[in-house]
Amino acid sequence: MSDNKILAYIDQFKGEALPASWEVLGAAHTLADQLGGQAIALVLGADAKAVADEAFQHGAAEVYYCDDASLADYRPEPYTAVVSKVAKEQDPAVILLPTTTRGREIAAMISVDLNTGVLPDVTALEVDGGKVVATRPVYAGKLISKVYCDAKPPVITTRVRAFAKPEPDASHTGTPVRVDAVMPENDIQSQVTGYTQAEGGVSLADANVIVSGGRGVSNNPSLTPPAGMDEKQAEIWRAQQGFKLVNDLASVLGGAVGASRAAVDAGYIPYPHQVGQTGKVVSPDIYIACGISGAIQHLAGMRTSKVIVAINKDAEAPIFKLARFGVVGDLYEILPALTEAFRKRLNK
Amino acid sequence: MKIVVCVKQVPDSAAKMAVEDGQVTWGDAPLVLNPWDEYGVEAALVQQEAHGGDVTVITMGGESAQEALKTALAMGCGQAILISDPALKGADSQAAAQVLAAAIKKIGDVDLAFFGKQAIDGDMGVTAAQTARFLGWPMISIVSVVQNLDEGGRTIRVERSVEEGRQIVEGKLPAVVSVSKDIGEPRYPSFMGIRKASRAQIPAWTLADLGIQAPTSVVHWPEVMNPPVREITTEIISGSSPQEAAEKLADKILEEKVL
Repeated sequence: MSDNKILAYIDQFKGEALPASWEVLGAAHTLADQLGGQAIALVLGADAKAVADEAFQHGAAEVYYCDDASLADYRPEPYTAVVSKVAKEQDPAVILLPTTTRGREIAAMISVDLNTGVLPDVTALEVDGGKVVATRPVYAGKLISKVYCDAKPPVITTRVRAFAKPEPDASHTGTPVRVDAVMPENDIQSQVTGYTQAEGGVSLADANVIVSGGRGVSNNPSLTPPAGMDEKQAEIWRAQQGFKLVNDLASVLGGAVGASRAAVDAGYIPYPHQVGQTGKVVSPDIYIACGISGAIQHLAGMRTSKVIVAINKDAEAPIFKLARFGVVGDLYEILPALTEAFRKRLNK
Repeated sequence: MKIVVCVKQVPDSAAKMAVEDGQVTWGDAPLVLNPWDEYGVEAALVQQEAHGGDVTVITMGGESAQEALKTALAMGCGQAILISDPALKGADSQAAAQVLAAAIKKIGDVDLAFFGKQAIDGDMGVTAAQTARFLGWPMISIVSVVQNLDEGGRTIRVERSVEEGRQIVEGKLPAVVSVSKDIGEPRYPSFMGIRKASRAQIPAWTLADLGIQAPTSVVHWPEVMNPPVREITTEIISGSSPQEAAEKLADKILEEKVL
C-alpha cells in the first residue's frame, strides 16, 4: 500500500505548538517513508490555524484543524471526540501523539473509541513485515520492551526528545482543512475555571541540560541560618541556599533544575522537580547530579542521559558508577566555581 | 459519597529488575501496592473523612494481588474486591479498563473513582482515562488538590498540574480522578488497620460475576530485555583547589560537544 496515512497529533498550548509535537511529525515522516504513504497532521484549539500553518512547514502533507470555542481550554472529552472523528474519516495506518499529559490522555481515550490499542511513551519505532513495532522502557527504564498492537490503527505516543525534530521549511505551505467540533458545550461534563502559569524556567522534559540537587544540598554546617528557626526550618533554609547554587549553574547552561526524591520528601524543593521512578524520567544531553547519592529509583529516571556528571562528597556514592565525570568534593565549593568557569567559557 | 479506588500490585520500586531466560524477575523484592496508587487511596480516604460514605478498593490480578488490597484496607478502605479470572492473563491496559469499568458499574451508584497516575511496572499511564471512556464519565487527571466536593450540586473542583502550570477544573459527578504526588503523603497503615486487614475475607469476582466476556487484548509484548549495558569509564576530576577542579570539569564537559 502506498497511500498509508500517518496521523500526527500536534499538541499546542495557548496557540503555541509544543516542541515535542514536531518530533511526532518527524517520526510520522519516517513511518510514512517505511510504510509507503504520507504524514498528515491534526491540531485542535482556539488558535489552531496558526499552528496548522507551521505544521506544513514541518512537512505535513495535509493538515486538519479545529478551532472551536469549546476547545479554547483543553478538556479530554471534546478533544478526544474530534480526534476520533478525524481518525475515522481519514482511516490512518498509525496515529502518533507526543507523550505530554494531554497527548497520553487523548491516546488512551481514542484507543477506546477506535477499538484499538495504545502504546504510550515509546522511544523507537521500526517496521517489521508491515507491522509497526515500538520500543518502550518499562519499570522506569530498568527494562526495555518491544511491543506492538495487532488492531488498527495502533495509537502511539512518542517520548519527548526521543525522535528528531524536522527542520522547518518556510517554502512548504498549504491550505489547512477546517473540521467541526463534535460536542456541544452543554454536553461537556467539565470546565476549566482558572489557570496559573508555572514559574518561568526550562521544563525538565524538554531540557538539554539538567542540574539536580539531592539531600546533600543542605549539608553545609558553616552556613548560619537566620535566628529563630527550629532544626527542620534551618535544614530547609540551608537546602535552599544549596539549590540557589544548583539554579545558578542551570541558568548559565540554559538548563532545568531537577531533584532527588529525598530532596523533595525533605521539603527542599517542590515535587514537579523530582527526577526518578516516581517523578519524571528524563534523558538530557547533560545531567549534573549534585549531592545525590544515586538510589536505584533515581538512577532509573536519568540513566539514559548522554553525559552524566556527579559531584558528591562521598567517593563511594553509587551515582559515580553511572557518571562520565565525577568530582569528589563539597558542592558548596565546586558549584560556584563551575558556574563561573562556564560563564567565562560561554561568554555569559 | 461512594468512592472506588483502582489499584495494582507491582514489584517494589527498589527492586533490581532483570530478564533471565526470557522471564522478568525481581529477585527477592516484595510485590507491593503500586506507589502512585497509595496517593489514590489517600485522596479517597480524605474525601470519605470529609463527606462520609465508603471507600472500596479494587484490583485486577491473581491471588497474590490480595496483598495490595490488604495494604489499602489497612490504610483505611472499608471494602476490597479482587477481580480474578484465568481468561484475564496477559490482559492489556484496555482490557483491564473494560474490566474495571464493569466492576465499578456492578458496585453501583459510585460517585468517584480514584486512580494513581500510573503503575510503576508497565509505566503505561492510560488505564484511568480508558476506564473513564468506557464508563462515559469525565476524566480529571493528574490532580494535585481536591478543592471542593459538592455532593448536592454533584460537582468536584480540583487543581491539576500540567506542563504549563496549574489549572482549576470543575467536573460533574460521577467522575474518574487520577492523582499526583502533590495530593499529600499517603498515611501509614494503622495497627488496628493491619489487624482488620489481615482478617479480611476479600471477595473475588470473575468475569461471569461481572457479566462480561473476556475482553480481547490487542497489545502484545513479544520481548522484554535488559537495557543495553553502557560502557562508562568514570573519570574523577581533581585539582589543587575547587576552582581548578571546576575549570578542568568545564573543559571536559565542553569537549563532549553536547552543549
